[in-house]
Amino acid sequence: MKINYCDALVIGGGLAGLRAAVATQKKGLNTVVLSLVPVKRSHSAAAQGGMQASVGNSKMSDGDNEDLHFADTVKGSDWGCDQEVARMFVHTAPKAIRELAGWGVPWTRVREGSREAVINAKKTTITEDADRHGLITSRDFGGTKKWRTCYTADATGHTMLFGVANEALKLNVDIRDRKEALSLIHENGRCYGAVVRDLVTGELEAYVAKGTCIATGGYGRVFKQTTNAVICEGTGAAIALETGIATLGNMEAVQFHPTPIVPSGILLTEGCRGDGGILRDVDGHRFMPDYEPEKKELASRDVVSRRMIEHIRNGKGVPSPYGDHIWLDISILGREHIEKNLRDVQEICMIFNGIDPAVEGPKGWAPVLPMQHYSMGGIRTKPTGESQNLSGLFSCGEAACWDMHGFNRLGGNSVSETVVAGMIVGNYFADYCIENNVNIPTATVQKFVDAQDNYLNELLALNGSEDIFRIKNRMKQLMDDKVGIFRDGTRLIEAVEELKELLQKTKNISVKSKVRSGNPELEEAYRVPRMLKIALCVAKGARERTESRGAHYREDFLKRDDVNWLNRTLTTWANPNDLEPTITYEPLDIMTMEMPPAFRGYGAKGMIIEHELSEKRQNEVDEVTEKMEAEGKDRHEIQHALMPFDLPMNYKEKNERAGDK
Amino acid sequence: MSTPKGREITISALKFDPRSAVSKPHFVDYKLEETPGMTLFIALTKIREEQDADLSFDFVCRAGICGSCGMVVNGKPTLACRTLIANYPEGKLTLMPMPAFELIKDLSVNTGKWMDDMSRRVESWIHTNEVHDISKLEEKVDPDIADQTFELDRCIECGICVASCGTKLMRPDFIGPVGLNRVARFEVDPHDNRTAEDYYELIGDDDGVFGCMSLMACEDHCPKHLPLQNKIAYLRRKLVSLR
Repeated sequence: MKINYCDALVIGGGLAGLRAAVATQKKGLNTVVLSLVPVKRSHSAAAQGGMQASVGNSKMSDGDNEDLHFADTVKGSDWGCDQEVARMFVHTAPKAIRELAGWGVPWTRVREGSREAVINAKKTTITEDADRHGLITSRDFGGTKKWRTCYTADATGHTMLFGVANEALKLNVDIRDRKEALSLIHENGRCYGAVVRDLVTGELEAYVAKGTCIATGGYGRVFKQTTNAVICEGTGAAIALETGIATLGNMEAVQFHPTPIVPSGILLTEGCRGDGGILRDVDGHRFMPDYEPEKKELASRDVVSRRMIEHIRNGKGVPSPYGDHIWLDISILGREHIEKNLRDVQEICMIFNGIDPAVEGPKGWAPVLPMQHYSMGGIRTKPTGESQNLSGLFSCGEAACWDMHGFNRLGGNSVSETVVAGMIVGNYFADYCIENNVNIPTATVQKFVDAQDNYLNELLALNGSEDIFRIKNRMKQLMDDKVGIFRDGTRLIEAVEELKELLQKTKNISVKSKVRSGNPELEEAYRVPRMLKIALCVAKGARERTESRGAHYREDFLKRDDVNWLNRTLTTWANPNDLEPTITYEPLDIMTMEMPPAFRGYGAKGMIIEHELSEKRQNEVDEVTEKMEAEGKDRHEIQHALMPFDLPMNYKEKNERAGDK
Repeated sequence: MSTPKGREITISALKFDPRSAVSKPHFVDYKLEETPGMTLFIALTKIREEQDADLSFDFVCRAGICGSCGMVVNGKPTLACRTLIANYPEGKLTLMPMPAFELIKDLSVNTGKWMDDMSRRVESWIHTNEVHDISKLEEKVDPDIADQTFELDRCIECGICVASCGTKLMRPDFIGPVGLNRVARFEVDPHDNRTAEDYYELIGDDDGVFGCMSLMACEDHCPKHLPLQNKIAYLRRKLVSLR
């Protein structure tokens, strides 16, 4: 048995994992990063439109601050988020963006003088002040009060990923790609590393570490129609689930993005609408103002996606061989803007659909349809990023349910979370690794390696009639059909039952090639059962949650129910032979919230079952605020009085802004 | 609306497992029906699911963003995910792994390892002694300079330029267009304090900027349309004066 010892083990080499690795490496820890693919190819690279941080440099973002970013994030989450974590996040985001600038991310900058922009389908002139020239600029995104999304054209994730990966290289972080973690090594409620398979040689090794951090991204590929990369199969969260100890949070909270292109499902960034692009129906009519008079195309993603489907159901979709779709029109932004700021979007439209979106009129419209995009759920953690149940296991980024997104994530808050959580959780993770020793017997490590070794041999020895690819494709179709944007009890019950059958069927497959390396079917054979477990957490969580909140929308329970459902779903897989997860709930305490539940400001009105404490807490908040304002206290002091939060390093320092008085 | 039956196409893929004692490089032909908008990503996935579960290839984003799927299609290195079958009227596509990189199996090559080595050679990170307090305003950067840096930062390290490179065939240690572009990128970036002399130390030899024979297949094939020709010429002029 080959055992690799290190201080800090990071599983997943996207933005979150790499930034966490930078944090541990900087604290003098010997850090290893494991990744399925070369780290610069991680799905983080596909983030197009930008990263939210309240730097407030440009004209349309002037006056922005942490408080506004916090309020937008909480409303976006439909009050499902952990407000303390949201506070930690918004306070660190400006620091993250400035750190990245220093690492070479070429953020698009403010240019002094006048320029034309499209706002609400009208040409508008924006004039930038000379003293802001050269500072980081930002664009508009859905669900935000200010233009807060910082960007590098529409390749923001790519430049961020290269910046952070280069920094990790500079610090000599030990990055090993084409490595897949198959299980976590744990004993007495503490995690000690992972059993890892080399995807080139097929060899199994153990990685033993003082602490382990999972940053493997989301689980979008349990759906058929998804913008996610093919590696986003949720297996990182699945191996945490399979410990039987660590919990997953809010797995039913799945975001559907309004504008992936049809049929490939490749994302066209929210920046298209943020920059002024509009949605049109079969008649060429701009329909979003009819449904959302205030935010129009720029309501939160869950709302826009539902409105699009609603409009299609009203018979206004555009028919195509792939079913009905909606048109996205960005031609009104002008060719110059598109070829500079939305270049990848243009390239995607041209290469995959033969459409030049800069051409005015119907010829330049791109066919779009809401598809799975983001996993709000993941490994449930404390605000430090450590699992609530399995000591020494940390998680950050999309893999985690940290939980700053609640039931709907705002555009631009995901890449932002990756680096911010990498900074915050990475530092808490480093402290854990400094304070704790490895004290696990080699025999225990051997036991975990043997278990995976035997499992692989069992899979190769199976001689059943089922086909693993068919099972996988059926799961994806089922998730699309019955656990999608619109959900109801009947279909969710059917989904859970069929997913259980599919999980059973994975024990009756046969893998054609019997070799242990270079065998893609073997990889499917051990991944698909894990994906099915994740899918079951999503479907069962959705079946049980009899309300509509954020992206979780029940046609049989249309209201957000703060009386019964202001809580977080926790799933465990108690016994390896179980066919479905065990669900418990973690309550959210209104009386500690800085922002008690209310109307989001978009979406249908009058659809909330209010909790009596919401009003009580709101009065408390108002009283404290009024009193402290009268005493001349500033917004930071008031915030602290309402809901204190901690941050590691010097991240708690106030963020300087050009507009500071 | 129903979709009419598509034409039958042939995908001919090189298969070889260097880890196997018995495997020899050979082509296998797969026949399948073309569907509207079919890319090589869709075709190869279908082949693996329905015809040959043992066929190895690499895809991640399938959108031309991550650079994982470079392969040689009918003699030209290209991103497989952006290769539309409809653009091949003869209906036959011959696939080979990219040369210049270590072969993992079939169409899968180890570009990651190569790019890592390249990144270390050109020290592909910001060099500065200044410590910036991240709670304070960021350093101002001229918007045009930021845009220029971004232009060169768009490289996705897919390796297609290296697979296209004539010089790389003659000089195994050639840093490749991708490496020279990296240097050009940091040379523009005002955050990086390296001087021309520093860059000369890294690439001022025949395995660096003076090795390029200017055949420029790199720029012809670059999926991101990077200005490789210009940038290599610029670096060469700049560094030759230091010789």
